[in-house]
Amino acid sequence: MELIELRHICKTYQMGDLDVPVLKGVSLTVARGELVALMGASGSGKSTLMNILGCLDRPSSGEYWLDEQEVSRLSSDQRAIARNHKIGFVFQNFNLLPRTSALENVAMPLAYGSARLSDRETRRRAEEMLCRVGLQERLDHQPSQLSGGQQQRVAIARALVNRPAVLFADEPTGNLDSRTSADVLHMFYQLNEQEGITIILVTHDANVARHARRVINIHDGVIKDGSFGLNEKADDLQIDVLPVAAAAGGVR
Amino acid sequence: MTAYRIVRTAMKALQRNPMRAMLTTLGIVIGVAAVIAMMEIGTGSSSALQKTIASMGANVMMIRPGTAASGGISFGAGTVITLTPQDYEAILRECPSVRSAAPVVRARTQVVYGGRNWVPSSIYGTTPSFLDIREWNNLAEGEMFSERDVFTAGKVCVLGQTLARELFQGEFPIGKEIRVKNVPFRVVGVLSAKGANMMGSDQDDILLAPWTTIKYRVTGAALENANQSAGSDTASSSINTLSNLYPGDAPSLYPARSAVQTANNPMPVRFANIDQIYTAARSTAEIAAAIKEITAMLRERHRIQPGEPEDFTVRDMTEMTNTLSSTTTLMTNLLLCVAMISLVVGGVGIMNIMFVSVTERTREIGLRMAVGARARDILRQFLVEAVVLCMVGGAMGILLGHGGSYLVWLLLRWPVETSPAAVAAAVLVSAGVGMVFGFYPAWKASRLDPIEALRYE
Repeated sequence: MELIELRHICKTYQMGDLDVPVLKGVSLTVARGELVALMGASGSGKSTLMNILGCLDRPSSGEYWLDEQEVSRLSSDQRAIARNHKIGFVFQNFNLLPRTSALENVAMPLAYGSARLSDRETRRRAEEMLCRVGLQERLDHQPSQLSGGQQQRVAIARALVNRPAVLFADEPTGNLDSRTSADVLHMFYQLNEQEGITIILVTHDANVARHARRVINIHDGVIKDGSFGLNEKADDLQIDVLPVAAAAGGVR
Repeated sequence: MTAYRIVRTAMKALQRNPMRAMLTTLGIVIGVAAVIAMMEIGTGSSSALQKTIASMGANVMMIRPGTAASGGISFGAGTVITLTPQDYEAILRECPSVRSAAPVVRARTQVVYGGRNWVPSSIYGTTPSFLDIREWNNLAEGEMFSERDVFTAGKVCVLGQTLARELFQGEFPIGKEIRVKNVPFRVVGVLSAKGANMMGSDQDDILLAPWTTIKYRVTGAALENANQSAGSDTASSSINTLSNLYPGDAPSLYPARSAVQTANNPMPVRFANIDQIYTAARSTAEIAAAIKEITAMLRERHRIQPGEPEDFTVRDMTEMTNTLSSTTTLMTNLLLCVAMISLVVGGVGIMNIMFVSVTERTREIGLRMAVGARARDILRQFLVEAVVLCMVGGAMGILLGHGGSYLVWLLLRWPVETSPAAVAAAVLVSAGVGMVFGFYPAWKASRLDPIEALRYE
């Protein structure tokens, strides 16, 4: 079974008497070890899909299998546990705790885990994660003392500290300049390549999507292409997408 | 999460904004400080008042003989002589709640020194422990007569300030000889001034001597409330005084009993009797127990059947004590109420700041939820923050309040007393305030939707 499998996911918001359908039957799969980009213009339902994938929200109908568990019907507490165990988030605006050291920021998700780690073990894991993102020199720096790229790397370390099955990156380069963007994207690439971490990049930037092996395009609540990235077809898909990405890159 | 980690997380969150945390706790600090200071000053003044009452004889119980009745006619309280020196010894021996007891034999007669004379309002024959019972241990001059003087019926006495002033007029009284109803007494001590008692009579107008001496050398009679120097039965009746309407003759309300009547219906008379017994309970709280013990013991000694009335009465100063202590209790409680109000105001401040904090940290809450914090984790975090804030404020308030009451003692010399109960109450109350006023903001925080919280600007 695939790591992520969505079957006919619909999400409808209610604005007063009006039903606003945002997702209209989305089905997709993501296999373990994939690096997928989720692309779409703003208003396309990209964020809603992201929230559902990230177990922050529940679909109105449909099934969502995450790591062999049907998570669409879980209560909010159970979803919190699922998020803690299986999902790591990287946000556009980093969302680091202010006036808190990088180490403590990274260790924060461990506090909500079911495994009772000792203080020393917690510290060791956080340190290990920060080393992995190349911040071994900045353990005790506060976010305000770090550059944007470094802050995002702290956020990546935080997302990975619980060894999640999948990493969601929501516009991870949106607040970064092009050079640091490239660094961060390279890091995602490396994490995927070398450690086999499943990563889903949510973006509207074709340049970012170019780094992915597969691009899922969502438009107006339905998926246009890239739903089922069979591994053997991944190269073809990338070829399809590349010209678009190149064009976008040229514009920039 | 372990309790330790929860508290540590809360401390860290508060440390991120130390100035605000401090200003927030200020309300609690002031509230708790006020409560502590009020409690300490309140208990201090009430125990000082207790001491004052005790010096007036609040712990004192008086045992007086009961009413005699003959042929259906009651003669009024104290007309029958039922108390003996053995009774007082038994009280001292057998009643555990009684600290001290002293017999009293009263007399009312003229005291003469040189060319001066005075009739003191009280002449008490007693034992040295009388002073202990009346909390009157500090003598102005000399010393109290001894148990040995009581045993040997020694002719020594101790004078009250008023009596000493009237007789000696500034002369040094110790070692001088005065005459009480023509019995010479050597003055061995002068009591310190005590002033008027609750009823307004002068307590310093007193002469104390061994009860055996008064009993056997001075009065020689059972019970005398009349001025015996103006009485009928001794040689002193020959004193020539113009103020006496009926010289040497006390008017009698009832016709004198004839010899036949006396023979037929003899009044019970014991020779070694005493007029009353002064006892002191170990503490004000033990007065009730002491009265019970004394009553039971004396009933037994006097062989009174169950159901029969007692031939003695035990009286105490409960009413006086209650009146005075209820006043201080009222004042303390009133001040405590005011202090409590300031604590509530502090709590509202906490609530206000917690709300600000929740709004300000919406993104943090969203993030914590995204990485796996459940609603109850968030609730707990903010609740613990509020409680920690309050507890820290409480601890500081305890120190401040204690310091404040110490300062009051230092500068104004008001009596203060540390009260562990107040400290415990302050800790509990400040934790409670944190719980109560921290709950609503914390609950609000835990109800946040993670998606919206993450997007909050």
